[in-house]
Amino acid sequence: MEIFANLALGFGVALSPFNLLMCLIGVVLGTLIGVLPGVGPVATIAMLLPITFNLDPVAALIMLAGIYYGAQYGGSTTAILVNLPGESSSVVTCLDGYQMARQGRAGPALATAALGSFFAGCVATLVVAMFAPPLAEVALKFGPSEYFSLMVLGLVAAVVLAHGSLIKAICMVLLGLMLGLVGTDVNSGVLRFAFGVPEIADGIGFVTVAMGMFGLAEIIGNLEQKGAREVFTSKVTHLWPTREDFKRIWKPILRGTFLGSALGILPGGGALLSSFGAYTLEKQVSKYSHEFGKGAIEGVAAPESANNAGAQTSFIPLLTLGIPSNAVMALMIGAMMIQGIAPGPQVMTERPQLFWGMIVSMWIGNLMLVVLNLPLIGIWIKLLTVPYRWLYPSILVFMCIGVFSLSNNPFDTLLMAMFGLLGYVCVKLECEPAPMILGFILGPLMEENLRRAMLLSRGDALVFFQKPISASFLVVSIILLAIIALPNIRKKREEAFQE
Amino acid sequence: MQIKSPKDFWAGAMFIAFGAGMAAIAIKDYQMGNAVRMGPAYFPTVLGGLLAILGLVLLLRALALKGEKIGQFHFRPLLLILAACVAFGYLLKPLGLLGALLLLVFISAYGGHEFKWKEVLILYAGLFVFSVLVFVKGLTLPFPICPEAIEDYCRF
Repeated sequence: MEIFANLALGFGVALSPFNLLMCLIGVVLGTLIGVLPGVGPVATIAMLLPITFNLDPVAALIMLAGIYYGAQYGGSTTAILVNLPGESSSVVTCLDGYQMARQGRAGPALATAALGSFFAGCVATLVVAMFAPPLAEVALKFGPSEYFSLMVLGLVAAVVLAHGSLIKAICMVLLGLMLGLVGTDVNSGVLRFAFGVPEIADGIGFVTVAMGMFGLAEIIGNLEQKGAREVFTSKVTHLWPTREDFKRIWKPILRGTFLGSALGILPGGGALLSSFGAYTLEKQVSKYSHEFGKGAIEGVAAPESANNAGAQTSFIPLLTLGIPSNAVMALMIGAMMIQGIAPGPQVMTERPQLFWGMIVSMWIGNLMLVVLNLPLIGIWIKLLTVPYRWLYPSILVFMCIGVFSLSNNPFDTLLMAMFGLLGYVCVKLECEPAPMILGFILGPLMEENLRRAMLLSRGDALVFFQKPISASFLVVSIILLAIIALPNIRKKREEAFQE
Repeated sequence: MQIKSPKDFWAGAMFIAFGAGMAAIAIKDYQMGNAVRMGPAYFPTVLGGLLAILGLVLLLRALALKGEKIGQFHFRPLLLILAACVAFGYLLKPLGLLGALLLLVFISAYGGHEFKWKEVLILYAGLFVFSVLVFVKGLTLPFPICPEAIEDYCRF
């Protein structure tokens, strides 16, 4: 079996002491930022990107991946104990997890979240290992028209799954695409939209945009709100769920894992969508649906398994197609490009160590996370008592140093501040930044593939509908947009995001 | 004419400004080419046009459909946080980490709800030591530690 040989290769890479250490650093950081409300994985990964310059590519990606799925573990802790989502994908865990904590069952809730996440992490690792290679093989046959249509599909999916207004999400994607075009045009060598600023001749730095739009805007938004946190620290005494609990959670964990794995692969999917989907599904099928919202353990088990599964399977489109499905994956592409790796289907054949090492490291990381989260839960709870007024200046220091070190140029900090302002305005106008970031990454790629496809077809735009794979991507995109535009479904979508 | 949905109205205005502005620059300054050989202006013009049209839809819709008001802008954290970042960037070379971090930490802390001198000073000292050890010594980033003026008297 080829898969075992591949996994063995992966273990060889992931178990090297240095990579183990990077994995540990990643998951610890992930848990940390997951626990702390107001610090998300997007901002953290953006912050750490410049630092990965000096690392080996495998080690860098292992660490950054660890932050993402580690945050899924940490986020549940805060959701259960403080009724605040430490991470946006833990929003639904607040509903029942916090109620369980109020009933003195914080321990079993935390254990359920961790065990569910661990099970989901194991399954998702296998899913990635099994589905990525065949998908990459298909992707190797893609030409420019297939790539262009696939990117359209990815962007449409991101729009459909964004919160709030559809038109605004499309606008944000377009804005991102255009900002991605700033800098020297590769085909003609013409400098576009640089306004005489030499610093952006090579394009606007992705890290700078992400840190401004997410990091700075998040901090400023948090400073607007006042609010005391109530932490259930003394209540966490017994951790282990009862036999009755186990009976009730194994099915939700299974369902959550499979739903999460499936939703994670979708363009636009990932942890957030998975946890929402799993909670809604569980509420429909559970025998205990009347207990939901009042401390049903299923309401913790299903979304927590799903968000971890989704976080991991969202690596599949990244690793096989080179196309990010959400903002975190867009950052991972940034990390690969910093290391000189062109993301795409060839990564698996050209750099098997990187590919399989990363996959295996996810499983190892999950193992570390269970240990980090159950016996050491006390430490993380203590962290929750660190006031935000100490936290945000520290985050700013890391962000500024990170951005400055990109090219040792003060202009990058100014640019970051400008994007911070844009991000804040967007939040105020209820325009979500995530679709913009996707557009930003895909802008140059899309233009390049569009040009090539049109050149090959001698200017015939119908080429996108004549090739079967390309046509099916476009048809799915159109169907998605049409469905979402129907008033009936739009209402349902709004309701789903309301919950 | 009355704006019934300020959030959508201003979002629409913003998108029109970006879309139309960038499309106009593209048309004026760069080569358009044709569908077979697209020039540098082609793709931005299409995108900018689309953005402006959708922005206009948003804007017109905001005149008809009722929507939410825009939440209050909090200028104090906004301006102070942004200023702190810019100050750090432009003063890092002349003032070194010692001075630039001082500005960054104090200005940003001042943008929060509570500001206690002693606390911020301790925070600054901790972050300074950490940054020197991790970033300058550990990751060997080429940042000056001390201000230029007193470089000769200041060794870490």
